[in-house]
Amino acid sequence: MSDVVEQTLSVLPGLLGQHDPGAGPGGAGGPGRVSATSRLGSLIRSITALTSKHEEEKLIQQELTSLKATVSAPTTTLRLMKECMVRLIYCEMLGYESSFGYIHAIKLAQQGNLLEKRVGYLAVSLFLHENHELLLLLVNTVVKDLQSTNLVEVCMALTIVSQIFPREMIPAVLPLIEDKLQHSKEIIRRKAVQALYKFYLIAPNQVQHIHDKFRKALCDRDAGVMAASLHIYLQMIKENSSGYKDLTGSFVTILKQVVGGKLPIDFNYHSVPAPWLQIQLLRILGLLGKDDPRTSELMYDVLDESLRRAEINHNITYAILFECVHTIYTIHPKSELLEKAAKCIGKFVLSPKINLKYLGLKALTYVIQQDPNLALQHQMTIIECLDHPDPIIKRETLELLYRITNGQNVIVIVQKMLDYLKESKEEYTIINLWFIQTMNSVFSVGGDVVHPDIPNNFLRLLAEGFDGKEDDQLRKYAVQSYLALLEEEDALYPQKFFQVMSWVLGEYSSLVTDVDPEVILTKLHSLLKKTFVTSETKAWIMAAVTKIASCTSCSKTVDKLIQEFSNSLDAYMRQYAFELKHLCEDKALMRNLLPFDASCNDMVVDASLSFLDGFVAERLSHGAAPYKPHHQRQEEKLSQEKALNFEPYGLSFASSVSSSGVTGRQSPTGLSFGSDTSGNSAETGHKETNTLKLEGVRKLWGKEGYLPKKENKAGNENEPQTVSCGSLLAGQVGDPPASQSDQVASLSEEDKEKQQLASTLFIGLGSNAGVSLMGKADTATQKFKRKSKINETQNSEEASDFQNSAVSDFGPLLDTVPINMDDCEGNTHTRLRKASLCSSDIVEDSLAFETPQLLKKSGLDDRLSDSRLSQLSLFADSNIEIFQPSPSAQCESANKTPLVPSLPEELEELTHSEVVELCQSDALALYLCKVWTDDSLLLTVFVSNKTTSALNAVNLVFEEAEHFQILESPTYQFPVIEAQNVERCQKCVWMNKICTQGILSGSVNYQSEMETRLEFSITLSLLDFIRPMEMTTEDFGRLWLSLSNDVKQNIKMSSSQGSLSAALNTLQQKLKLCIIDIIGNEGILACQLLPSVPCLLHCRTHSGMLALWFRSPCSALPDGLLYQCQKVMEES
Amino acid sequence: MINAILVFNNHGKPRLVRFYQRLAEEVQQQIIRETFHLVLKRDDHICNFLECGSLFGGSDYKLIYRHYATLYFVFCVDSSESELGILDLIQVFVETLDKCFENVCELDLIFHMDKVHHILQEVVIGGMVLETNMSEIVAQVEAQSKLEKAEGGLSAAPSRAVSAVKNINLPEIPRNINIGDINIKVPNLSQFM
Repeated sequence: MSDVVEQTLSVLPGLLGQHDPGAGPGGAGGPGRVSATSRLGSLIRSITALTSKHEEEKLIQQELTSLKATVSAPTTTLRLMKECMVRLIYCEMLGYESSFGYIHAIKLAQQGNLLEKRVGYLAVSLFLHENHELLLLLVNTVVKDLQSTNLVEVCMALTIVSQIFPREMIPAVLPLIEDKLQHSKEIIRRKAVQALYKFYLIAPNQVQHIHDKFRKALCDRDAGVMAASLHIYLQMIKENSSGYKDLTGSFVTILKQVVGGKLPIDFNYHSVPAPWLQIQLLRILGLLGKDDPRTSELMYDVLDESLRRAEINHNITYAILFECVHTIYTIHPKSELLEKAAKCIGKFVLSPKINLKYLGLKALTYVIQQDPNLALQHQMTIIECLDHPDPIIKRETLELLYRITNGQNVIVIVQKMLDYLKESKEEYTIINLWFIQTMNSVFSVGGDVVHPDIPNNFLRLLAEGFDGKEDDQLRKYAVQSYLALLEEEDALYPQKFFQVMSWVLGEYSSLVTDVDPEVILTKLHSLLKKTFVTSETKAWIMAAVTKIASCTSCSKTVDKLIQEFSNSLDAYMRQYAFELKHLCEDKALMRNLLPFDASCNDMVVDASLSFLDGFVAERLSHGAAPYKPHHQRQEEKLSQEKALNFEPYGLSFASSVSSSGVTGRQSPTGLSFGSDTSGNSAETGHKETNTLKLEGVRKLWGKEGYLPKKENKAGNENEPQTVSCGSLLAGQVGDPPASQSDQVASLSEEDKEKQQLASTLFIGLGSNAGVSLMGKADTATQKFKRKSKINETQNSEEASDFQNSAVSDFGPLLDTVPINMDDCEGNTHTRLRKASLCSSDIVEDSLAFETPQLLKKSGLDDRLSDSRLSQLSLFADSNIEIFQPSPSAQCESANKTPLVPSLPEELEELTHSEVVELCQSDALALYLCKVWTDDSLLLTVFVSNKTTSALNAVNLVFEEAEHFQILESPTYQFPVIEAQNVERCQKCVWMNKICTQGILSGSVNYQSEMETRLEFSITLSLLDFIRPMEMTTEDFGRLWLSLSNDVKQNIKMSSSQGSLSAALNTLQQKLKLCIIDIIGNEGILACQLLPSVPCLLHCRTHSGMLALWFRSPCSALPDGLLYQCQKVMEES
Repeated sequence: MINAILVFNNHGKPRLVRFYQRLAEEVQQQIIRETFHLVLKRDDHICNFLECGSLFGGSDYKLIYRHYATLYFVFCVDSSESELGILDLIQVFVETLDKCFENVCELDLIFHMDKVHHILQEVVIGGMVLETNMSEIVAQVEAQSKLEKAEGGLSAAPSRAVSAVKNINLPEIPRNINIGDINIKVPNLSQFM
C-alpha cells in the first residue's frame, strides 16, 4: 500500500508541471514544482537572446548550479529527474561539464519507468565513455533489462550495449545477448547482432567462439538482421580476408537477389532495392576478391548485373555505381568489366553535378595506377578541375596529379601544388600536413630531376609565410616530418631533398620544443659522414649546424664536428669547421650574425667593402701592391707566359653557392645575391664570366629549360633583389617563345594554354602519352612555354619505340572491340581533308584532340600507324601540301554519288528500320536494313558496287556469334555485281542466348586488283527479337501458373505516364508487348522471343509506382525485358 | 564508421551532437566550431564533401554535409563509408524527422532533443548504420511515442495500472515482410549449421 502512495506522490509534481506550464513562481517554490519543460524552453530562449559567449557561460553556470541542487535533492521525483537530464544533455552539448549528473543518469536508467529509463540510458550513452568507472554501475540494470519480458526494455538494453559497454563485463551479458539471436522479433535480433558487433570491436577474443552464430545471422530470414551481420563480416574480412573466402558464394547470391529486386518493396529507396545493403556487399566482395583470381571469378556476373541494373535515375544509384567501379578495380581484373567501369568513371567525371565530379576524380585517382590511359581520356576535364572554384575539387585533382607524377611532369605538377597552397590560405590548417607530406613525396620521388626552382619556391613559401600563426604550425610540421624521415638509418634521399631538409632544420628546428637540439645535431653530423652526400649538400648541412649551434649554449656534437672536420681533406669542409669554431667562441657575435627567423629580412651588404678601406690604405702605405681584379691578373699572366692555359675552368655555380652558403642566414634563393654584389672578389668574377657564356647556350639547351613566363615575372616582382641566376636566365629566354606563339594564335589563348598544360601534365603516361606528346612536341617545339629539356629527350626516345608499344598495349583492346578497319580509314581521310584546309596551328590542335582516339586504332594495322607516323613528321615540317593527292580524293568523289539502296516492295510494307551504311571501301559500300517480320529478324544487306567495272564473286560471310543464330547458311555469294549497281541478300536471324544487346559481325570478300576483305558489325538488341503474343485472359492465367522463372521490380511512374493504361501503351508501342487485359489497376501483357519463347507480364499500379512481375520459361528473358521496361519508362 | 553527427544552425549553435568516438569535451567543442567554420564558408552549390584534415586525429576522415534552411547536418565519417550513401542517409534522417514531427523545424530539434536522439538511435547505432528503411524507422518511433502517450495518460492512475502497461509488449511492428517472398538463400551455409 505504501508503494502505491509513494508512486502516486511521485507522479504528482510532474503532472502539475504538465498541466500548468509556467507556474513557477506561483507554485510551491521548490525547483521541483516548476515545469521542467518550460524551464528548458526558457533556458534556450534566454541563451538565444544573449550576445556574448561570456554571458552564455554565466547563464549556463547558474543553470547548472540550480540543476545540481535539484538532482541531488532527495525529494526530486524521477519524472522531474528526467526533465533535468534533458537539460543536462543540452548543457553538455554546449560544452559545459555536468559530471554531477552522471550518477543520476544511471539511477534514472535503473529505477525509472519506461520513458524515464529511456532518457536515463540516452544520457548515459551521451555522458560516459567506455572506460568510465560509473559505467560498471549500469551493468546490473542492463542484465535485468535484457531478461525483462517487456520488449521495449530489452530493446533499450541492447541499444545501450551496442553504444557503450565496459569491456571487462562482456561475459556477464554475452549469453543473454546470444539468446536474443533466436528471438522471434526481428528488431531484437537485429539489435543483438549490432551488440555483438560492438563486442567484436572492443574485445574480439571474447566473441571468438560464436562465429557460427554470425553465420546464422547472415542467413537470417529477415533481411534487416542479415544486413546488420554484414557490419561484422566487413570488419572481419577487412582484418583477414582469407578466412572468409568460402562465404563469397553466399555474398554473391545475396547481392544477386537484392539486385534482382527480391526484397520486399519497403526496402526500396527511390525505387532502388536496398542501396545501402548493396554498397556494403560490394565492399565485402571487393575485399574478398582482391588479388584472388579464383574468388573474383565468382563475382564477375553479379558485378556486371549491378552495373547494368543501376540505371541512372537518382543519386543513390551513383553511390552503387561508384562502389561497383571501386570493386571492379580492386578485384582481379576482367577486361570486359574494366571497360564498363571505365565508361562509368567517365559518367562521373563528366557529370555537371559537383559531388559526382568529385567522386569521379576520386575514382580516377584510385584506378590511375592500373590504367593511366583513363586519365588521358579525361585530361581536359582534369585541367578544368584544376581551376574549379571549389577547393575540394581542386585538392582532389592535385591528389590525382600527384599519383601520376613522374620525372617529366613533376615540374608543372609541383608548381600547381604551390599555386594551390598560395591561394588557399583559409583552408590552411587543413592542408598543412597534406602539403608537407606531398612535397616530401615529390622531393623523394622526383629526386634530383626536380627543377631547382621548386625547392627554392618551397623554402621561400615556408620562410615568407602568410603572416599568421599557422606559419609556425606549417614549419613545425615540416621539421617534425623531416626528423621522422631522418630517423631511418641510411635512408637514401635525393641531394635536393637533403638540402631542403637541412635548411628547414637549421632555420626552424627551434620551433619544435620537445626535441633536444643535440638530437638534431647528431643526426646532421651522421649525415655529414655519409659517403653519398655530395659536397654541395654538405655545405647546406654545415650551414644548418651553424644555425642550430647559434641557438644552443654549448654542444658536444658541435665540438666533435669541429674537431673532426678541422683536418678534413675537403678544403671547404675545413673552412666551414674553422668558421664554426670561431663563431662558437664568440656566442654574442654568432647570435648577432644569425638572428632567428630572419631569412626574409633584407640584408644590407656593403658592396664596396668600404670597411676595409682603412686596412687597404694601411697595407698600401706599407708597400703592398694595389689590388688587381682577377681577369686582369689572368691577362697579365697569360701575356707573360704566352703559353697554353693550364688553369682549370671556373668553379661551377654549385660550388660558388656552397661557398657562400655558410656566410649568412639568407634564404636559399638569395644565395647568389651575396656573391653577386660583392663582385670584387676574384672568385665571383670567375663565375660571372662563366654564367655569361652559359647564357647563350641555355637559351636553347640549358638544363633549366624554359620556364613559364608569368612565373618568372611574379618572382621578379616579389623579390627583385633575390632572384637567382637560374631564373634570371630563364626569364630572358622566356620572351622569344612567347612572341612566337603569338603569331600562331588562332585558337583562343585560354584553350591553348589548357592544352599545353595538359600535354605537360600527362606526359609519360603510357604509350598514349608518347604520341600525344609527339603530335604536339614536333609541331610546336618553339611554342612551348613550359617545356623542359627532359621532355624533349624522352620524346625522341618514345618516338622510336612508339610503334611497338602502341601495338602491344592495345592488343587486348582489339580482341574485345571489333573496330571496323575501313571505317577507321575513312575517318583518317576526313581528318586529313580537314587538315589540308586548316593552317598549321589548327592542325596541331586538332591532332592533339584526336590522338587518344587515333591511338586506339593504331594497334589495328601497322600500315595505318605507319602512315600516321609519317603524317606527324610531315606536320612537323608544316608541309601539308603533300597530303592533297591522298586516296581521300577518290573516296570523296565516290561519296558524292552514293548509291542509296531501297527495299523491294514486298518488304517495304513490313515494319523496318532505316537503311544505314555499314562500311565502305573504295570499291564497295555495304548498307543494312532490319526488317521485323513476324517470325524472325530479317537482315537485308545491300552491297553496292561503286567502281566502274563489274565485281565478281563477292562473298558475304557472317561470323558465328554467341548470342545469335543465322538461319540457313551464314554465307552468301553474289556471283557478279555490275558496275554502279546494288545487290541485296537477306538473312533471317534469331536470338539464341539472351542478351540486351549483342554484336553480329561479318565480312565481305571481293576480288579487285587483289583479294580484299571488308569487315562490318551489326548491333542487335533484344527488342529486335521480341514480338507481341496474342492470347486470351484464360490462356494467360493457365500459362502464368505453369511458368516458374519470375522477376519483380517496382518502377516509379513519371507524372506524364499517369495512369496504368498510359504506361501499358508505352510498353506496347516501345517494346512490342501485347496488352491482353486491363482490370482495375492491374494489367496483363504478353510477348514472345523469337521463335517462340513466351514472356508474361503482370503490372499493377499503386501510389505512383508500377509493380512489374515477369514470368517466362526462360530465366534470362524477364531480366532482359525488365531492363528494357525500365529504360522505356524513364525515357517517356 | 561514422565518427560524429553534428547538427547546427546557420549561426553555429549546436542543435544535435553525437560523437561515436571517445573525445575530450574541449576537443568535441573545437570540432564543432571548426566544422561550422569549414562548412559555413562553402556555397550551397559546391560539393557536399569536405576533407577535415587532422580534426579527428587522422587524415582519413571526411565531412559530409547537407544544408537545410536554417540547419546544417554534418556527418563525419572515415574512409569505410560511401560518400553518396551517407549523403542520402542524411536525407533519410531528415525525412524521418519530418515525418515524426510533421514539418520539422529547428525548434523541434531544440525542444524535443531526447526524441531526436531516439530517432537517431534507430538509424545509426554506435557509429554503424542500423536501419535505412524510412517506414521501419518511423514505425519504431511511433510505437515508442504510443507508449509515451499511454504512460503519460496513465501516470495519474494507480501504479497497478502503470505496471500493467509496462508489461504490455510492444505492438507488432508492421514490417510488411512476406517471408515466402524474401528469397535470400545462402546455400553454402548449411554445412556450418
